[in-house]
Amino acid sequence: MLMLTEFGKVFIFILLGAIFVTIAIIAAKLVSPNRPTHEKLLTYECGENPVGSPWVKFNIRFYVVALIFLIFDVEVVLLFPWALVYKGFGIFGFLTGIIFLVILGLGMAYEWRKGDLEWARPHPIPPELDKVLSKKE
Amino acid sequence: MNAELILFIVFALLALFASVMMVTRKNPVLSAVFLILNFFALAGLYLLLNAQFIAVVQIIVYAGAIMVLFLFVLMLLNQRSEEKILNGKKNLKIFAIIVSALVVFQLAYIIFYSKPSAGLAPELQKSVQAGTVEQIGHQLYTNYVLPFEAAGFLLLAATVGALILAKKKFE
Amino acid sequence: MSIMEIVVITLIKIVAILSVFLLSVAYSVYFERKIASWAQNRVGPNRVGWNGLLQPFADVFKLLLKEDIVPEASNKPLHTLAPFIALLVAFSTYAVIPFGPEVELFGYKINLVVADVNIGILYVLAFTSIAVYGITFAGWSSGSKYSLLGGIRSSAQMISYEVSMGFSVGGVILLAESLSPVKIVEAQHGWMWNAIIQPIGFITFLVSSFAETNRLPFDLPEAEPELVGGYHTEYSSMKFAGFFLAEYANMIISSALITTLYLGGWQNPLVDIFHIQGGWAVAMQVGAFMIKIALLLFFFIWVRWSLPRFRYDQLMNLGWKVMFPLALLNIIWVAVLIMVFKI
Repeated sequence: MLMLTEFGKVFIFILLGAIFVTIAIIAAKLVSPNRPTHEKLLTYECGENPVGSPWVKFNIRFYVVALIFLIFDVEVVLLFPWALVYKGFGIFGFLTGIIFLVILGLGMAYEWRKGDLEWARPHPIPPELDKVLSKKE
Repeated sequence: MNAELILFIVFALLALFASVMMVTRKNPVLSAVFLILNFFALAGLYLLLNAQFIAVVQIIVYAGAIMVLFLFVLMLLNQRSEEKILNGKKNLKIFAIIVSALVVFQLAYIIFYSKPSAGLAPELQKSVQAGTVEQIGHQLYTNYVLPFEAAGFLLLAATVGALILAKKKFE
Repeated sequence: MSIMEIVVITLIKIVAILSVFLLSVAYSVYFERKIASWAQNRVGPNRVGWNGLLQPFADVFKLLLKEDIVPEASNKPLHTLAPFIALLVAFSTYAVIPFGPEVELFGYKINLVVADVNIGILYVLAFTSIAVYGITFAGWSSGSKYSLLGGIRSSAQMISYEVSMGFSVGGVILLAESLSPVKIVEAQHGWMWNAIIQPIGFITFLVSSFAETNRLPFDLPEAEPELVGGYHTEYSSMKFAGFFLAEYANMIISSALITTLYLGGWQNPLVDIFHIQGGWAVAMQVGAFMIKIALLLFFFIWVRWSLPRFRYDQLMNLGWKVMFPLALLNIIWVAVLIMVFKI
């Protein structure tokens, strides 16, 4: 006996969505012209020939953000089962959750205090008129 | 053939395909793509086992958070120099082959020499219902309050440790 | 109901939702341009069709017929995969959002939702967390410095706000005692809207959705003056249209989610006040859902054409130092509310 669970319906939905997107991309491939030239296929860099490797090194802070995110994401996921059955457990459930949230807040406070949440700020140095003038001379 | 079996085969084949592709790709970012696909196939398998919470965690945490971290690291590293390191080391390949052969042997041993159980025991039957988020929430309150809070402390330690290491390594 | 009937009904629902959804995506582009032109005292699109009403179709066909330029430096499979992921994720989320109550039609009891999944909210969050990849892959695979920087910026932004989004949802789950969107809507009966009970969570979720959809004031990844087109600098033709449509699809999804989680979904207080029954009640409820989404969409567009862009450090500070603590506060607030008032 075949059964269609709710997950099955979601599965069909995703499948139909995927088919639709594939058709759109393939249709574009079929009807659009394709006349590549070397210049056309160059990477855009303000009209100049691209300089150096496109995969430049970026700021390490992005990595630190991903690290912090990973830890808090796990905590969010752990909090969902708690939130779901919270009402049935009264003051006991309340204390369990609050202790967990306090521990979580401690980690947050540590990062805040250590400056890991700070992002590099721009420090604009306004040009001083007399310096600019003296340089030119 | 029931639908469950068909879906199991589909997801299992997908997982297998994804992991083979992951190992054989030269480009580490492409490997990461196939690892994500593998996680999805695993999530599908978990769903078939009625382990809904684990299936979702598999996607939110593994595919959505850990792989983002991986990708950031892969994008930070210079992949050309990475390839050079691997090309110069033949011993590493032999070592890898030995390790994987051992793993295959172990798996084969478990599969073929363990006693097949005839149907599910009543306790196991109960555990089929244990995968829903409600069940896990109830368990967290009744039997596993202490581990729940301990996990909180573990994550706190992870926060502190990871940040110290990340800073030391790169600055 | 036999299995065949269930399958047919489901298919009808899916096709209906997908087509309505696609139409509304196309027309939200049109309305964005119209509202922008009102905000800037211009006329806006008015040539194709009556008052430019056919403009979205003209745009799509134009993009369909353009040459697809894949740069030599790019990674070709990933370059195609990225818009695919972006669009698929944008479409798939809609499967669990209810747009009306249970109705009786031709003797069948039909739930006005594609799938009443008991972990629907987690499903939505899972797909939100996958949405990062569309942009990350686009940035990395294009082989362009602008794309890479835009992609990285965008993924860092999205993951930062995902955490506060998750915690805000925690407050909703506390009240509704369920992860199913259908039950969450039912729990907000009458005026028990979550936006009224937990306004902090509502605001954090709203701001996080703006950041997740990369809309102004959070559209750093495509900040034109510094990054050209951001992650879609090297995209053209249908693939570009994919990202473009995904942005609007995400906007509609976010509006629908905010409505479902905080604004009572299809609940329409008027139905109870005037004791309306039967078909009219359902029509009014579905209508209320549409109107709520339309108002939120208007809000999205209005904000875009009114506010300037954040600086990147301001954006990160807002995410981690304001929204995240506020979302935590919201959970504690709801927990205390439940303790004190036993709601």
